[in-house]
This record gives sequence, structure tokens and C-alpha cells, in this order.
Amino acid sequence: MSSNVRFTDFKSDAQPTWCPGCGDFGTMNGMMKALAETGNTPDETFVVAGIGCSGKIGTYMRSYAIHGVHGRALPVGTGVKLANPDIEVMVAGGDGDGYSIGAGHFIHAVRRNVDMTYVVMDNRIYGLTKGQASPTSREDFETSTTPEGPQQPPVNPLALALAASGTFIAQSFSTDAQRHAEIVKQAVEHDGFGFVNVFSPCVTFNDVDTYDYFRDHIVDLQDADHDPTSYEDARSRILDRDKEYQGVLYRDEESVPYERSHGVDADMSDIPDGAPEDAMDLVREFY
Amino acid sequence: MPADFNWAIGGEAGDGIDSTGKIFAQALSRAGRHVFTSKDFASRIRGGYTAYKVRTSVDQVQSVVDRLDVLIALTQRTIDENLDELHEGSVIIYDGDRTTMQDVEIPEGMIGLDVPLKSLAEDAGGAIMRNVVALGAACAVGEFPIENLDSALEKRFGDKGSAIVDNNKEAARLGREYVLDEYDHEFGFDLECTDENYVLLNGDEAIGMGAIAAGCRFYAGYPITPATDVMEYLTGRIEEYGGHVVQAEDELSAINMALGAARAGARSMTATSGPGIDLMTETFGLVATSETPLVICNVMRSGPSTGMPTKQEQGDLNAMLYGGHGEVPRFVLAPTTIAECFHKTVEAFNLAEKYQLPVYLTADLSLAVTEQTYPPEEFDMDAVEIDRGKVVDEGTVGEWQDEQGRFKPHALTDDGISPRTFPGTEGGVHMSTGLEHDELGRRTEDTDMRVQQVDKRSRKVDTAREREPFEPREFGNPDADTLVVSWGSNEGALIEAKTFLDEEGVDARFLSVPYIFPRPDLTEAVEAAEETVVVECNATGQFADLIEHDTLTRVTRINKYDGVRFKADELAERIADVLATGEEATA
Repeated sequence: MSSNVRFTDFKSDAQPTWCPGCGDFGTMNGMMKALAETGNTPDETFVVAGIGCSGKIGTYMRSYAIHGVHGRALPVGTGVKLANPDIEVMVAGGDGDGYSIGAGHFIHAVRRNVDMTYVVMDNRIYGLTKGQASPTSREDFETSTTPEGPQQPPVNPLALALAASGTFIAQSFSTDAQRHAEIVKQAVEHDGFGFVNVFSPCVTFNDVDTYDYFRDHIVDLQDADHDPTSYEDARSRILDRDKEYQGVLYRDEESVPYERSHGVDADMSDIPDGAPEDAMDLVREFY
Repeated sequence: MPADFNWAIGGEAGDGIDSTGKIFAQALSRAGRHVFTSKDFASRIRGGYTAYKVRTSVDQVQSVVDRLDVLIALTQRTIDENLDELHEGSVIIYDGDRTTMQDVEIPEGMIGLDVPLKSLAEDAGGAIMRNVVALGAACAVGEFPIENLDSALEKRFGDKGSAIVDNNKEAARLGREYVLDEYDHEFGFDLECTDENYVLLNGDEAIGMGAIAAGCRFYAGYPITPATDVMEYLTGRIEEYGGHVVQAEDELSAINMALGAARAGARSMTATSGPGIDLMTETFGLVATSETPLVICNVMRSGPSTGMPTKQEQGDLNAMLYGGHGEVPRFVLAPTTIAECFHKTVEAFNLAEKYQLPVYLTADLSLAVTEQTYPPEEFDMDAVEIDRGKVVDEGTVGEWQDEQGRFKPHALTDDGISPRTFPGTEGGVHMSTGLEHDELGRRTEDTDMRVQQVDKRSRKVDTAREREPFEPREFGNPDADTLVVSWGSNEGALIEAKTFLDEEGVDARFLSVPYIFPRPDLTEAVEAAEETVVVECNATGQFADLIEHDTLTRVTRINKYDGVRFKADELAERIADVLATGEEATA
């Protein structure tokens, strides 16, 4: 921990290859800000990403990082965090990554409640494969693989998280820089699994869920009478599909992270030079 | 007095066969006798034939044979299934009061002992103890001091309170007395005891124990037969050493968690069986390309697809050697005995970290689920050495940075091995990726760098070949004309087959190979032999293919893929046959 870390310390020297105007720039900046403001240093931070546009984030940020396989960033983050609970773990993914190929991992990571932060860059489309429908695409959203729209309702990631006993469920808008960074910061500070779904528009392939659309439709929970510690409030907002909320929808203040409930507190990289001193006891058990 | 004694209990799954067999095996082990157990079980929780066999001798036993001296039969099917192994003078203990056993047929020449197991158990305190009554009866038949059984019962039921232990001891005593009173018979067995202290464990347990000894601190897995015992062993034990076991939601998650933990600096492992390996193959490539040290244990069962989950096979060798798209180095270690499961696990962790790559550690089902006695010194914890490879810390990281102070996790080195930093190390920040990358870990499509990184990764294999003693285990006559080669659990059967072959005048040199990749070069041995026979439990001879590839010489194959391990006498016969006829036989 260090108090004089600046968010630019988390910036690598690699030039992002995201399209100009991509929402992911803002999403990433907010993540870096949140990390810096919570006093983390790049040396003590681990960023995990999967495949797709979101997956590139590990390259553009400066920290320990892994660019994993598609949809499986959360298990990697879980392994990092449990092996060394002193490390700040931030996992980034996309809507395809998190809610399609990785949906199973998402639900289980939520309910496992390991103390890490999961940021999903939700642009409601597959960008890097050039514009196919994603799990959060609208029912009538026409794409190259769904010429008449997916004709199935989009996944509601917040509802999935709530159903899986999520302890911190939030949503933000990447271009609303200050609010977004503040929400991610709260997720980092949360004692448990902090989940933030970020509207991170794709300027190239999604002409429906655009910056303008979100600007016009976002309802900030700060301005609504919303109590994030109330499960009932959270449930009714999350199930309301007509609005795009920004803010912390639900926060379980009693949250006990997995590490604490399972007594995981050691840095596992530290092992003796030989077998543990009392290891012959393991053999004697078999008498 | 027969040199060894072969005993079995059989019935339906749910009859308590497994725990009864284990108690008897432990009683024998505690009496200073060597034990080798084998299980015949079906993939169901209740019903279906299941058996637990125990072979015991004062000498070490490491295989099963086609012979049964005493059989506790809880069903008629138990007798039918084992007819081939029963012989004149074999004793069958059964309960004639049991509805299904009232018309039991005892084959000619064998001795049927009708013991009212259930009612004697009720006399001792509950029908549930009927199998223990049968164990008491077996003690009478084998002239085996019942005190040793008492000691095993204490171990088994100790945490349930002294009343339970006492009732079980009483049940055993009633069974023993019943046989002594009702059957005035010399059975001709004498289960002599010794003062030796042995430990009794299976291959999965030995792997788990090896993992803890080697400093493994993180394990993630998904339950699958026959690998689950590894996870069950580690759960509740690894915590004592600051480690943790996670039951993941699937194998995809398990290997990714293990990968994450390894990148965080933990010695990390996952274990699964064939179908799980298939699922893990996606991430396997990332593990290898990102040069992450990881031990992936594959406890092989019969495949493909769901195959025969509870049956023996060595069919995944190609999957481990070649599985995954693209080309990445990986090591494949295959312990050949239960004790070797321990030693090779320790070695697997060292190799993974020294060479920064995934290591497959594979045991076949027979090795994993059967138990064998060893002197405890066989698992010498003082001899365990830990080599973490090229880990650099804040003091040395500077030597591995570029002019801009950026750490080079994939530095091009002569031995192919790059430095490694754990998160938290100042100056060691880097990204790991499955994309082709440069020395800094940054994505690249540069043709020269691509070639250099591929070469660097494969150079590690050459380095390992130079530095590590990847030797086979050898026994038999080193100058014999016949060379018999095997891998995995077949070694025990081969060692004992040698005794049979010696009697028949067949002279052979035996090599048991625990390293599949990198593996010892057997060219000289094969060229020196007139005939090379390769023994393995699969249909196509995957290991034989490798030997032919390496030595450019045709070998003779003995394959078995019926789901049952080689028995020593059966294997001897097949080796003798193949040498006599020159014809390859498969079954």
C-alpha cells in the first residue's frame, strides 16, 4: 500500500488498439483510478483478463497480469487471490466473456465471494469478431449472425448476480468518468466479490446501445431514492428492465469474503526448503 | 504353507464391501504382513457386483494373481464371478440364512462355511456388523490372531466411541468362535505375523502426500473417479500447512484457478481423469505458453468419452503427449508403483518450477485405487528436496530488466529457462499471455521473435534431458535376449511375473519407464535384445508406438484393454506365449 500512487502508474507504455472512441478507454481509466485511490501499487496488483476487446486490458495496464483464455478470467483471479490474499485482484471481462462462455464461472465466482473486483465491459455485442450478437444484445438487434435479431431476451447480469447471492452489485457508464471510477472504487473496497457491469459502448458495431442512448436513458441511483443495503430495493430495480441504472444496486454489509470464512490468509509462495518438519506424521497416518 | 494368501469379500455395492476389505487389509498390515489390495467396483452407489481383494504375504506383494483362498460371499454372484480363481480347498464363507443365499451352491472341492453372520451380529449389538462377523470367521480360517483385527477395528471406529469399538470386537469374536466350534477342520492356512511396521496406502493418497511434502499449497479440482481421492486426501490436511483446496465448478475452472495460484507463486496442482483432461486442454496451452509451472495429475480410467469410469486403462498417453492445438513442451511423468506416486509427485513439482512448464503426472486406475504396504522409510521426508528454479527477488530482478526497467519474464536464455517473479516483487511487474509474445510478454507477430520464443521453450526440454536423470527402472537379467518394457502400474505384475517366467526358464530383462516425456532413449537396449515386448493396458500400444518411433525397430506388443489390470501369472503366461509363438495377443 502506498498513498502517493497515481493512476498513471497503472498505465503501461503499450498503445491501445481499441477503436478510437471505444468505451473501454473510460472503463480502464476508471479501474486505474480506483486502484490508485484505494492505495494499491502496480507491484501488488494483479489484473486478469480473458479474450476479446476487454481482454487487451492486461496489456495496457501496468501491474502483474494475465491474459487468459476466453471466459475463464474469474477462476484465474480466484487462484491468484487465494494463493496470496495480500494482492489486489481485478478481473476484467466482456459481456460475451462473462455472460456467455464464462457464465458458469460468473455465477460461482459471485457465490464464492472471494474478495476481488470484477469489471465487465458490456457493449452488448461481440466487437473483436466484428459484430455478432452477445448475451446482452437486444432481442431485435440485427447482426451478421442474427439477421432478424437474436429473438431471445438478453441476459440480465445484475439479476444473475443477485440470484447467485452476490454481495456487491453495481453498474456504471464508462464515459461518466468520475461516477464510474467512484463505483469501481467502492467495489474494490467491498469486503468480498465486487461486481460492476459497465456500459462501455462499441462505436464500430453497435449503433443502438450508443453513448447517446445511455446518456438519455441512465438513471443514477444517487438521484433516486435507493437503499443499496435493502435487498428488496435492489431486487425491484434489478428486475426493472425498462431502465438503465447507474450506481450501487446492492451491497451486503454483512458480507464475509471466502478467504475469511475459509481461513485462507497465507502467502502460499512461501514454502520450506524441504518437506514440512512434521511431515513424517503424514506417513504414520497410514499405519 | 502357501507363500501368500488371497482373500476377498464380494457383494453388492452398498454392502460395505470396501470398508470391510480395508479393515482386513489394515489388520494384516498391523500384524506386520505385506498386503496388496485390489478393488472391483461398478460405477453406481448401490447395487451391482463389487469386490475387495487382499493378497498378503510376509514378503512384499505388488500384484494380484488368479487365485483366491478365502472368499466372503454376500451374494451368489460373488461366487460365480470368482469361480475361475477359486481352487480345491478354497473356503467360502456365507450366511445361509440370507434369503438370497439359501440355495447357495458350493463348487466341488471347495469348503463352504455357513456362518449366521446377521444373527451373530445382532447378538453383538446390531445387524450392521455382519461383515465384521465374517472377518472374525476369516481369522479362524487363516489362523490369524484376532487381536490384530481388534487393532484395525479401533482405528476404523475409534472416533465413534468405545461402545461401537467393543461391539465390533465382540462381533468378530463371535464369528471366529462360531467357525472354531462348528467346523472341525484344518484349513491349511497360517497367517504368520511379524514385528514389522508397515504403512498401507493407495496411489492417490501417495500423490496427495507427495504434494504436501513438495510444498504444494493450492489445489483446485472437480470430483471425478478415480482422481477424487487425491482431493479428499488434501482436504483437511493441506490447511495444516497453510494451503487450501477449492472444489471448483468444473475442470475448466479448476485448472484456471490452479494457474492463477501458480502465477501468484504457489506450488499448485489439479487432478482429474480423462474427461477432465479434455476440458482442461484449452487452458493447458496457456499454461505452457505463459511458462507457468503447474502439476496436472491425470488418474487414468478407461475411455474414450465416459468409457468405463471404474475400470483400468492406460489410454490417455497420446492425449497427454499431444493434447491441445499448436506445439508446446510439457513433461509427462508416470509413476510405476504406489511408492513412486509419492516420489514422482515431488519430482513433478520440482520439474514444473525448474523448467516453468506444465507437468502431467499420471497414474492409472490400478495404481490409484489399490493399496499396498511399505516400510515407512520408503517415504523419507528428510530426503525431499525442493527446487523452485529461477525465481528472482527485488535484489536480483534488475539483472533481468531491459533498459527501461521492464522485467523480461520470457528472456531468451541459453538453457531456455527465463527468470520468474511473484506478484508483490517490486520491479518484476509483467503480463503473462497465451498470445505469442516477446521477452517482455508483449504480444508479437514478429517472425523472428516467434521463432526465437518457440525455440526457447523447446530448448528447456533439451536442458532437462541434459540435467535430469530420466532413467528407467530395471530388473531381471541385463544380458537377456528378451527385453520386456512397460509403464505405469504394470511394474508390480511384471516383477512377480518374472518369478513365474524364471520357473519356466524364460530369461528376460525388464525396463519399467516412469518418464514418458522426456523419456530415456531405449535404442541401445532394444538393439541389444533379440526381441522387445511392450506391455501396456490399452488397445493400440501408445507407448510401443513411441519406442518404435525412437528406436526405428519393430516391437512386440502385449495389450490389455478389458478394464482389468494385468495379473502376475496371466502376464507371465502371455509373455511366454508371445515369445513361443511370435504372435501378438490382445485381450
